[in-house]
Amino acid sequence: MADVTMKIWRGDASGGEFQNYTIEQNDNEVVLDVIHRIQATEAPDLACRWNCKAGKCGSCSAEINGKPRLMCMTRMDTLPEGPVTVTPMKTFPIIRDLVTDVSFNYAMAAKIPALLPKPMPEGGYRLMQEDVERSQEFRKCIECFLCQDVCHVIRDHEDNKANYAGPRFFIRIAELEMNPLDTNDRREFVREDMGLGYCNITKCCTEVCPEGIHITDNAIIPLKERVVAANYDPVAWLGRKIRRQTKKTSAEAAVQPAP
Amino acid sequence: MSNYEHHDYDVLIIGAGGAGLRAAIEAKQRGLKVGIITKSLLGKAHTVMAEGGMAAAMGNVYEEDNWMVHFRDTMRGGKYLNNYRMAELHAKEAPERVLELEQWGALFDRTKDGKILQRDFGGHRYARLAHTGDRTGLELIRTLQQKVVSMGTDVFMEVKVLKLVHDDAGRVAGCVAYHRASGEFVTFAAKAVILATGGAGKSWKFTSNSWEGTGDGHAMALWAGAKLIDMECIQFHPTGMVWPLSVRGILVTEGVRGDGGVLRNSLGERFMFNYVAPMFRAETAETEEEGDLWYDDHNAGRRPPELLPRDEVARAINTEVKAGRGGPHGGVFLDIGSRRSAEFIRRRLPSMYHQFMELAGVDITREAMEIGPTCHYIMGGVQVDADTAATAAPGLFAAGEVAGGMHGANRLGGNSLSDLIVFGKRAGAGAADYVLSGQAATSLNQSAVEAAIKEALAPFERTEGENPYTIQHDLQEMMQANVGIIRTQSELDFALGELDKFTERVKNIAVKGGRAYNPGWNLTTDLPAMLAVCKTVALGASFRKESRGGHTREDFPTASEEFSKFNLAHSSNGGNWDSPIETTESPLLPIPQELKALLEEAH
Repeated sequence: MADVTMKIWRGDASGGEFQNYTIEQNDNEVVLDVIHRIQATEAPDLACRWNCKAGKCGSCSAEINGKPRLMCMTRMDTLPEGPVTVTPMKTFPIIRDLVTDVSFNYAMAAKIPALLPKPMPEGGYRLMQEDVERSQEFRKCIECFLCQDVCHVIRDHEDNKANYAGPRFFIRIAELEMNPLDTNDRREFVREDMGLGYCNITKCCTEVCPEGIHITDNAIIPLKERVVAANYDPVAWLGRKIRRQTKKTSAEAAVQPAP
Repeated sequence: MSNYEHHDYDVLIIGAGGAGLRAAIEAKQRGLKVGIITKSLLGKAHTVMAEGGMAAAMGNVYEEDNWMVHFRDTMRGGKYLNNYRMAELHAKEAPERVLELEQWGALFDRTKDGKILQRDFGGHRYARLAHTGDRTGLELIRTLQQKVVSMGTDVFMEVKVLKLVHDDAGRVAGCVAYHRASGEFVTFAAKAVILATGGAGKSWKFTSNSWEGTGDGHAMALWAGAKLIDMECIQFHPTGMVWPLSVRGILVTEGVRGDGGVLRNSLGERFMFNYVAPMFRAETAETEEEGDLWYDDHNAGRRPPELLPRDEVARAINTEVKAGRGGPHGGVFLDIGSRRSAEFIRRRLPSMYHQFMELAGVDITREAMEIGPTCHYIMGGVQVDADTAATAAPGLFAAGEVAGGMHGANRLGGNSLSDLIVFGKRAGAGAADYVLSGQAATSLNQSAVEAAIKEALAPFERTEGENPYTIQHDLQEMMQANVGIIRTQSELDFALGELDKFTERVKNIAVKGGRAYNPGWNLTTDLPAMLAVCKTVALGASFRKESRGGHTREDFPTASEEFSKFNLAHSSNGGNWDSPIETTESPLLPIPQELKALLEEAH
């Protein structure tokens, strides 16, 4: 097959530039195959992350011709003819070449109050399939962070990162809130500490999700509705005040180990 | 102390897959200071790729199931080379470990009455695998990851461990490592170290393993004074993708067969009926009609031969292809599309559907998949005490794929994820008990630290030398060709000679670029471990003159009584990566009479 030209951003936190590699391309290859060939020949120090090469681990996120995608699931023959541009995810600080510092995401994950389950009866819980399916959709997330990368709240506004969890963690919170075993209440937490209100449901996150999770429709919008109901419905507000005596606040729950 | 970044822990865990994370939870719950090191990001370890499920005799689908049947299935699947005590503990404790995961947030698929649903897999008499669609590994790792994070455990991501370090009394006392992002070295001192580094399949050309599967833990244990057993027993999973070439080796879950998929050759025959070994005849269907009855009711017919243990199926596929009855890309056909509805397939096997659609342009609800064996799992590993996961090196523990013994000569599908949680917990407890016993190490031998760092930096000083990727590529080709699924003495002898040449080549690598996030350098530091694994595999394969489980000899095609009595144990004579390796017979643990009776039980 004909050679292809790859325009790959190379550099580190202090700066960098595109480098062109013209290299052999075989039938049915994905972008990651071509990156690996460059590593194995011309540039053994070309930095990129990958693990499973099957769309299951979410390591090889990058921007291919400007679009946030997994390199292992992007077939070369689906891209337009001409050079292929590969750049690191824009929202996160550069470590080197295509590798970014995604620690923001791990820091956000650590803030989220864990599942606080009902006590388990002898022989295990009884849960119906339809009751676990809603949360199962969100647990398909492979943590590729492409939704975080594309979200303009943090992509274009670095300052917002301190107060905004991003789509990945809205679905995590939705998953916990919809888990039939959970006894925690994260509605104030998601509004006050996780910045749910900043999201103006442009659905960019849903569009880039390689797992096809309906991030906006099934997680963020229902979460917004719950938060609104909790804040503006006086009955719900009163109920929440009373329930708080038995439920944990987000801060308490954050340090409380699950059983 | 030298000028490197340094950390102190009670228990240090190397590896953040299922076993490492489960061990961390246990040690942390004992009130100890726990650190976890992973060479990738948290949540990306190989556990994430497990698909079908975790085996636990909960009896939710077939109430006849219990730990005794699971124990028997595991031992038969392992061709009796197993450490019986590990198989016993695993069968007894897996159900409790699975239920625990639900309290930490795991959401398994359900039965109609709301219990955890269990799926059929090869070699298991009953439907036994707890699962979440075909992404059970993701569910497991995410659950454990979230639990570990909620407990406030320290996790060092993208840190590559180079070597374990002892104290002056010879106890394992920690390790020397480097941060991949910066290339800066870091040392860890610990009272106990748990290896949970996973597998070693990256030394073969066609493998389901990621770049991480380089056998680091196997090698580090060997160098630190522990023993490796059963290294010749490698599982070639029968169903890996074979086409397109760029995805060759990627796993296709056994769940496809558990859910009704069958294997056909190019003539359209369900050839597995021709490959039922005598030991499985009594429990295997004789006709397609009988096999088809079994899916809905295991008492109406016997299991179809597509669900024999993996070693049996992989060998059969290999034989069919060699006989000229393979597909256009050198595999055979796995067909579920003609046997189950499209809706069923998309619900039960969503990621397989997605994987074939995206990568091969094949719609598995309508077309058969072309598949063939792929290097998947190493049964061999660090010899451990079943109850405590302790190795022969004081202060060193091992759990998960890096440990040996549990699976004998062949692992049953689904027994890996349950192995991780059963023995991850036991390793955490074993290490904690050891730390609290007060015999633990106190200080790192600094000259060993300096020596390891000097060795790691040497490839930067060579201006002329080989590209590490070329060596890795050649090694994979050599191992695939000579120490693959079917072995013979002349090829093994050739391989052992070649491995000595590879050792010399590794000493002559030149690394280009700087130390910060340099994958070429990282691969250079993996190669000594890969060679240690390859050498012990080839030595074991050469020594074991019989065929058993994941070790098949063309020149000794049957199992032999003589070789059924021991494992082959390897130890390092010198502890350096290029030190000679000694291989000895290590007798199997005698099985108590009451457990032996379970194995002999007819059904």
